[in-house]
Amino acid sequence: MGDSPDSAAITVEGLWKIFGSRAQRVLDSEDRHLEPATLREKTGCTAAVRDVSFEVRPGEVFVVMGLSGSGKSTLVRCLTRLIEPSAGEIRIGGEDIGRASPARLREIRRHQVSMVFQHFGLLPHRKVIDNVAYGLEIQGMPRAARHARAGEILSLVGLDGYADAYPDQLSGGMQQRVGLARALAVDPQVMLFDEPFSALDPLIRRDMQAEVIRLHREVGKTMVFITHDLSEALKLGERIAIMRAGSIVQLGTAEELVGAPADDYVSDFIRDVPRSHVLTLRWICRDPEPGEPLDGPELPVTTIIKDAIGLASASGRPIKVVDGDQLAGVVDRVDLLTFLSGQDVPVKAGA
Amino acid sequence: MSSTTAVSAPPRVKVPRWVAPVGAVVLFAAAYLAFRGTGTLPHDKEAPQFLAVTELREWIDDHRNDNPLFLYFLNYIRLFVGGLYDLFQTTLYALGWPGLTGVMGALAWLAGGWRIALLAVSGVSAFGFLGLWQSSVDTLALVAAAVLLSLAIGIPIGVWAGLSARARRAITPVLDVMQIMPTFAYLAPLALFFHIGAPAGAIATMIYSIPPAIRITALAISEVSPTAVEASASLGATRRQTLFKVYLPLARSTMALAVNQTIMMALSMVVIANLISAPGLGGDIIRGLSRAQVGIMLPAGVAIVVMAVVLDRMMMSVAQRGSAVGWRSGGSGATRAGEGGGAGATERASRSAAMNRPHAKLSRIDLVAAGVLAAVGLALIPVLPRVWPESWTINVVAEVNDAVRWAETTWYPVTTFIKDLVTASLLNPLETLLTSAPWWLVTLAVLAVAWRVSGVRPALIALGCLLAIALLGTWEHAMQTMTTVAVAVLVTLVIGLLLGVAAARSPRYSAVQRPLLDAAQTMPAFVYLLPALALFETTRFTAIFASIIYAVPPVVRLVEDGIKAVPATVVEAASSAGSTRGQLLWKVQLPMARQAILLAANQGIVMTLAMVVVGGLVGAGALGYDVVLGFSQRTDFGLGFVAGIATVLLGVMLDRITQGADRRSSPRKRKSP
Amino acid sequence: MKIRLLAGLLTAGLTLGLATACGGATVETSPSSTAAPQGGASSAGGTVKIAINPWVGYEASANVVAYLLKNELGYTVELPEIKEQLAWEGFETGDVDVIIENWGHPDLKKQFIEEKKVAVEAGSTGNKGVIGWYIPKWMADKYPDITDYKNLNKYAELFKTSESGDKGQLLFGDPSYVSNEEALIKNLKLNYKVVVGGSEAALIKGAQQAQTQQKPLLFYFWDPHWLFSKTDLVRVNLPAYTEGCDADPKKVACDYPEMDLDKIVSKKFADTGGKAYELVKNFTWTNEDQNAVADDMTNNGMTGEQAAKKWVEANTAKWQAWIPK
Repeated sequence: MGDSPDSAAITVEGLWKIFGSRAQRVLDSEDRHLEPATLREKTGCTAAVRDVSFEVRPGEVFVVMGLSGSGKSTLVRCLTRLIEPSAGEIRIGGEDIGRASPARLREIRRHQVSMVFQHFGLLPHRKVIDNVAYGLEIQGMPRAARHARAGEILSLVGLDGYADAYPDQLSGGMQQRVGLARALAVDPQVMLFDEPFSALDPLIRRDMQAEVIRLHREVGKTMVFITHDLSEALKLGERIAIMRAGSIVQLGTAEELVGAPADDYVSDFIRDVPRSHVLTLRWICRDPEPGEPLDGPELPVTTIIKDAIGLASASGRPIKVVDGDQLAGVVDRVDLLTFLSGQDVPVKAGA
Repeated sequence: MSSTTAVSAPPRVKVPRWVAPVGAVVLFAAAYLAFRGTGTLPHDKEAPQFLAVTELREWIDDHRNDNPLFLYFLNYIRLFVGGLYDLFQTTLYALGWPGLTGVMGALAWLAGGWRIALLAVSGVSAFGFLGLWQSSVDTLALVAAAVLLSLAIGIPIGVWAGLSARARRAITPVLDVMQIMPTFAYLAPLALFFHIGAPAGAIATMIYSIPPAIRITALAISEVSPTAVEASASLGATRRQTLFKVYLPLARSTMALAVNQTIMMALSMVVIANLISAPGLGGDIIRGLSRAQVGIMLPAGVAIVVMAVVLDRMMMSVAQRGSAVGWRSGGSGATRAGEGGGAGATERASRSAAMNRPHAKLSRIDLVAAGVLAAVGLALIPVLPRVWPESWTINVVAEVNDAVRWAETTWYPVTTFIKDLVTASLLNPLETLLTSAPWWLVTLAVLAVAWRVSGVRPALIALGCLLAIALLGTWEHAMQTMTTVAVAVLVTLVIGLLLGVAAARSPRYSAVQRPLLDAAQTMPAFVYLLPALALFETTRFTAIFASIIYAVPPVVRLVEDGIKAVPATVVEAASSAGSTRGQLLWKVQLPMARQAILLAANQGIVMTLAMVVVGGLVGAGALGYDVVLGFSQRTDFGLGFVAGIATVLLGVMLDRITQGADRRSSPRKRKSP
Repeated sequence: MKIRLLAGLLTAGLTLGLATACGGATVETSPSSTAAPQGGASSAGGTVKIAINPWVGYEASANVVAYLLKNELGYTVELPEIKEQLAWEGFETGDVDVIIENWGHPDLKKQFIEEKKVAVEAGSTGNKGVIGWYIPKWMADKYPDITDYKNLNKYAELFKTSESGDKGQLLFGDPSYVSNEEALIKNLKLNYKVVVGGSEAALIKGAQQAQTQQKPLLFYFWDPHWLFSKTDLVRVNLPAYTEGCDADPKKVACDYPEMDLDKIVSKKFADTGGKAYELVKNFTWTNEDQNAVADDMTNNGMTGEQAAKKWVEANTAKWQAWIPK
C-alpha cells in the first residue's frame, strides 16, 4: 500500500495541535482562530499547529521552515504521534495514523518512518554500532544480523572504523552521522529530520547537507526536513512549506517562494536571499521586442539566473529562453543587470 | 502596647523599616512581662494522652498473636524481613572472615580497581582487629537487608516519580516529612507494630533510608536526555524497552548514588535501631554510652566509619565507572536529597566523574585479580577459623578511657567554663522564657515569625504543628528541645558562615577543608556523640556540641557553594566599580547567596533537631529523653511515643518556618508578565 | 542481572517465611528465635543469648556465666545489649534467652511468666539488692541531720546545679533503671529535680568527685556495688519500706525494699536449653564475688571475659557446683 508512485507518501489534512488542559474546548470553539498571545491570555492554551494541510510525494524532499516557536517541530512529531495531535488526519502510505492502535503505531515507527533529531538523541552507554542497531534491536532482530546491517549503514554514512567508539568520543558532525545511520538502518520509507544540523557549525553543516543530498540520491527515501535555516531549506527542499505561528503561510518550490512571496512575512523572510541564485530565467524573460535579433544563444527556462550571466556577458545578443522547443522569451544583458541590481522587475506570477 | 501600634498604624506617615519588627518585639516583651507564668503547660508524665498510648501498647502486646491484622499481615512482614536478615547473617557467617574479606575485596576490585580493593580488605580486617567481628557482621547483614528492601521498594517508586510529574508531586511532600523526621521518631511506632529485634530494626532502617533511594532515582530518571527517549520512541520502542534500554542505563550512574546514599542513611540508622534491640555495632555504642566509656564506643564508632567509607568508596567507584561527561544535565537537583549529605554526594560524584575516563571497561587483569581474591578467600574458609581469632585483636578500651580521662581532667576548667557559660547565658534564660511564657503568646510569636519569613501557608502549618504539640501534652518538653535546637543552630550558623565565607574566598583553604567535609558527611550521625561525650559528660550542652559538629559541614558547604555560585561577571563588575573585598562580600556575595544561606539554615535546623533528639541519650533531656525513656520503661511507652510524634511536629514546624524563606524571594518574578 | 538476584533473594526470603508459618504468623515464629547453632562448627551445644543490662554488676554475673558456658560446656554465647524491660520482650521475640540478674519487676513477671507464658524463673542469684538515695560521707559528717529525708528540703540549696535550676538535684542513672524517684519527690514534697546522668558511670564519677572534692551530691545508687569498698557513701533514710507500700507506682512514698535478685529465662530456653539451662539455674554467688569481678572490669582495665576468667580460676570450687553432671 502506498508504494504506488502516484499516491502521496504523506497526507496531512486539517491538523491541529493545542497544548493545555482545555485544548479540546478551545478546538471546539471559535477561540481557535485567536492570535496566539490572545489565546494564551484567554484560555491558557497554546496552539502550536493550526489547521495544517499538505501532501508529500513519494521520494520527495519536503522542507518545513519557520522560526523557533512556529510549530514546525511539533508538526513533525505529530506525524508519527510522538506528540498526539488534537485534530486532523494524517496518512502515511495511505494508512490513517490517527486510527492506528498503539501496536500498529509501533510497527509503523519500527519499519516505515524514522527520525533524526536536533540533539542526536544517541545513547551514550552504547557503542556506535549498537546505537545504529538500536532500532533493529527493539524489533527483535538477532545480534549478528543487526550488527551486519548496522555495519553496512555505517559505511554508507562514512563512519567506517568507528563501530566500537562511544558517541561522546565523536565530533558533533560524526555523532549526527550516527543519528542518520540509526534512522537509515531500519530501512524506512519515510525519514523525518528535526533540525538535524542546527547544532553543528557551518562548515560541518554544509558537509552534512551534501551528505543528505547524496543519500537521498542513493537511497531515494521520502524525506520531511525541518529547519529554521532558509538557505538549507532552499538547498534541500524540492518543495518548502513556510510556517508561522502554527500555520503554513506558503507552500511551494524555492522559485515560487522567492519569486512570488505570499505575504509580507514571507517576503521579509526571503529578503536577503540572492534571488539570482534561486530564480530561473522563466521569471525574467520577456517577449522579444520588435526587431530584436533572435540569433543569440539558447538556454532552457529552468536555468538559474546566475548561471546565465556568463553566457550573457559573452554574447552581445539577447539570450533565447526556450521551454522545450518553444520560445518562452528573451533576456539580454540589460535585463540581467537590472535584475541583479535589485530594481523592481516585473516577475511573472504563477509561472 | 498601644503606643507601638499607634506608631505603625497611620498609613501615610513614612516610618523606617525597623519600626514594625521592633514594635512587634516590644509588644511581645510587654505581653510576656504581663502574662508570665500564666497559661503555661507544665509537663505531666501521667497525662491522659500518654496513658492512652501506653494502654494501647499493652493491648497490642496482648493481642499480637490473635488479632488478624497482626496474625495475617504485620507478623508476616516481620517474619519476611527477619528471614531476609537471617539469610544475610547466615551467609556472612558462613563465609567467615577469610571468605568475607576475599569476597568484599573482589567486589571492590571490580568496582574500582586495586586501590579500592585494598581499602575494602583492610577495612574488613579492621573489623576483626578492633575485636568487633561479630557486631560488624551483624550490622552488615542488617544494612544489607534494609538497603535491599529500600531499593526494592524505592527504585520502582523513584522510577515512577521520575517518569510522571504527577507522581512526583504526590510523593515529594511525603519524602520531605520523612526526611525531617528525626531518627528517633520512627522507633516507637515500629516497636508497636513490629515488636523489637532485628526485623523491627531492619524495617526502621529501611523506612529511614528509603527517601534518598526514591528521590535520587527520580532525579536520575528525570535527568535522562529527553531526546534519547524520543529517539527511542520514534523507532517504535515499547515503554518497557525504553525503560530498560534508555532510562535505566542512562540513569545508572546517578542511581548508584541513590544506592550509596541509601547505604549511608542505613548505616546511621542501624546504630539507633539498637534501641529496639537490633543487633550489631549499635549495641557496642549504646553500651559505651550507658557506661560513659569512650573506650568502648570508639572502636565501634571507628568500625562504623570504616564500613561507611568502604561502602561509600565502592559505590562511588561504581557511579564513576558508569558516568560519562555530559550524560546528565548537572546534579544540582539533589540538594535536599538525603538530609544534606546527598548534596555533597551527588556533587562529589559528578566532580570525580568529570575526571574519570568514561567507558573504562573492566580489563582482563581486573577480572582475574578479583577472581583470585575471591577464590583465595573462599578457599581459606575451611582452613582458618570463621570468627576472627581473638589473639589478633587490638584492645584499646583501657588506653582510650585513660586518654579521655586525661583530657577530661586536663581540660576540665576550659570545657566546664564553656559549658557553664553557654548553659547560664543562653540555654537557661531562653528555656525559662519559653517555658514560663503563656502558650498562646509563644504560638503568636511563632505565627508572626513564620508569616513574616515564609508567608501564610507555612505559618498556618507551623501553627497547626504547635497546637498539636500542645494538645499532645508535650508543650514544656517541646519548648525545652526547641531551646536546645535554637542555641545549637545559632552557633552552627555562625561557625558555618565563617568557615564557608573563608573557604569561598581562599581556594587554598577550601582545598584543605573540602576533603574534611567529605569525610565528615560520610560519617553516621551517632559518631559525633563520641567526642562530645568525652569532653562534656552528659548534659544538654553535650547534645548541642554534638549537633554543632554534625550540622556544620553541610552548612559550610552550602554557604561556600552559594557564594561561589555568584556569577563571576557580577563580582568583576563590582570589583571594577572599586569595591573593597569587604564591600564585595557584604553588598554582593552574601546578598546574592541568600538562597543558599537560607537553605543552609534550614538544613542546619533539620539536622540539629535530629541530633538534639538523639542527644537524649547523653543528657539532652526533654523530647529526646522521653523517647529513650519510652523504650526503657514500659509504663512510659506512651510518653515516648507521643514525644516521638511531637518531635516530628517540631521538625515540620521549624522546617516550614525556614524553608518558606527561599520560596519567598522570587514572587516578584512571577508576577511581572 | 541485579534485578534477577534481587528477585531471587526476595523469593528465598518469602519461602523461608511462608514455610515456617502457614495460616497466620505469631511473633515467636520468627526464624531467628531458635537457639539453633549459628556460628557453625565452633560451638557444640548451640547459642545462648544473655541480655546485658547496663550496670557493671549485671555484666559481671553475665560474663562469668558466659565464660563457663563457652569454656566448660562448649556453647556459643551472645551478649546483646538490651535494657531491662526490652529484655523481657526479647523472651517473646527470641532475642533473649537469659536475664541473669533481675531486680523485682513483679509487673513484668505477671505479664510474661503468668499471662504470656514465654518466660520462667530460674532461681536466685544469691545476691541481695537494694536501691537507695546516697550522699558522700563528708556531707553526713558535716550536716548530721541530712540523712533524714525530712531535712532534705532544708539543704536543697546545696544541691543546686545548672541542670536543676532553682531546685536541688537528685542525680539519676540510666533511664531504664527501676525508679520511683519522680513519685517520691512529688509525694514527699521535696524541692528536688531528677537530673538524668544517663549511666552508671555518671553516678560513679559524680560520687567519687563528690567525696574527693567535697562537692555536695545526692544520687540514686544501689548495692551490691564495688564502689562501696572504695568510696564512703551514706544512705539517706526515706520512710521505711512496708509490704505493699510501692504497689501503686504513682503513690509510692517509701524507700525501696531489699530484693532477692533472681534469674529469668525464656520458656523455650528452659525447655530446650539442656545443660546451659541447668548451669544458669545453678548459678548463685555472693555480693562479694560480684563486686570483685565488677571491680576488675571497671578499675583494673579488664574486659568482661578477662575478669570472668580470673574469678573462675580463683574460685573453682564454687563454680564446679554449678556445672550440670
